[in-house]
Amino acid sequence: MKFIVSAIIGLVFICPSAAFSQRYSTRNAFVGFYSKTALEDIKAENNQVFAIIEPGTKKLAFSLLLKGFIFPKELMQEHFNENYVESDKYPKANFTGTYTGDVDLSKDGVYKVVVKGDLNLHNTTKSVEAPATLEVKAGHLIGTSEFKAKPEDYNISIPSLVRDKIDKEIAVKVKIDCPITK
Amino acid sequence: MLLLAAAGRTIAQDNSLLNALNDSMAAHKGRSYVSGTFKATHIINEQTIESPAQGNLNFVIQHRFGQLNSGSYNFFGLDNATLRLGLEYGITDDLDVGVGRSSYLKTFDGYLKYKLLKQTEGGGMPVSVSVLGTVTNYTQDNSSKPFLNTKYRTAYSGQLLIARKITRDLSLQVTPTYLHYNLVPTVADKNDVFAVGLGGRYKFTRRMSIDAEYDVVPKNQVVSTTVHNSFSLGWDIETGGHVFQLVFSNSQSMVPTQYLTQTGGTWGKGDIYFGFNISRNFNLRKKR
Repeated sequence: MKFIVSAIIGLVFICPSAAFSQRYSTRNAFVGFYSKTALEDIKAENNQVFAIIEPGTKKLAFSLLLKGFIFPKELMQEHFNENYVESDKYPKANFTGTYTGDVDLSKDGVYKVVVKGDLNLHNTTKSVEAPATLEVKAGHLIGTSEFKAKPEDYNISIPSLVRDKIDKEIAVKVKIDCPITK
Repeated sequence: MLLLAAAGRTIAQDNSLLNALNDSMAAHKGRSYVSGTFKATHIINEQTIESPAQGNLNFVIQHRFGQLNSGSYNFFGLDNATLRLGLEYGITDDLDVGVGRSSYLKTFDGYLKYKLLKQTEGGGMPVSVSVLGTVTNYTQDNSSKPFLNTKYRTAYSGQLLIARKITRDLSLQVTPTYLHYNLVPTVADKNDVFAVGLGGRYKFTRRMSIDAEYDVVPKNQVVSTTVHNSFSLGWDIETGGHVFQLVFSNSQSMVPTQYLTQTGGTWGKGDIYFGFNISRNFNLRKKR
């Protein structure tokens, strides 16, 4: 019995590390979102996004602090944090998912992939699927993607008075440049 | 048993990338300042630690009707009005300059406000502290006192604004104030007056809050006239670039050298001025 238990513990602890293989990660990935309406254009950009890709398992993850989004208008940034995403209660947004398509890490090139996973924002999780590109270049994995997100899907309420100033679907752009980590 | 362990492992693996990111985020955590301690630059009459960001201009309209107890003939005060129009501009994110003009005694005011300390999230700095210096000058004609020149009509205030956002909804501010009057009515009155303001807000929705302010002027400083402590209540409504505040106060003036030492009425007798503050933010800077 003791042997079985220790064998299981061994399996649990040893196997994942064997499956780790290579990881590519960065602390300076980019996520920006853009809303365009007749009344007002809104943009916010975050250059302090944490991202990680594991080509062996085709898994990837992003995590960011909502306070890291910089708006051209200071007051808009305060309202975004205070009234919309409530970053004091829910400071982070993150994404975990996988990509489809084969990426040959041994030679430089651009590959079209589809990323699929769960986006967690404002304590609400929603599945997202988006076309993306992964580029292998000088030992880096460079990824770009663009998709749309609806504020209402993430339980973010917008007062009717300003509803026309915010796009129904917000364009989100992602750009990551990950050097290999291990 | 093996199956269970295998299932557990799969779940753990799914989160392992995110856990790695979160560990990395915790290790590289930067300092972050608390924002939105107050919605507006005024609690009611008293200024808050908040100021317009660099390149932002705030247009502030402060309006007080007459006293509620002035009777039905004066439509309970609504026939009369006192108005202060103000502009404040953020020279930097920490320094702002303001000017104003009140109809009460035809008073001009100007001030500089500087953020000395900023409250940080998760300990570090527990409070935000701003320093505020104001100069006021009233220009109302007084034919019985022709000797009142510009110097005699000028007064100064220096204030330390100490605030803490205690929870996401509750913020409190203590404001020790030093006032200097170039001329006081009698020799018994002090030229240098000390006062302290206590204020706070409680947010009951994401865009609305209740505010209260109580300004204490310790006794034996202003003796020739009866001075009551100023007490004000407000209701803030924020919509985009506007903040509306509906207010009730026993002070008629809206500049510190007057509402602190010239508040003659009391709430008990109904000497209450109803009014509102409106502030509108204009972003004059295109890029940052």
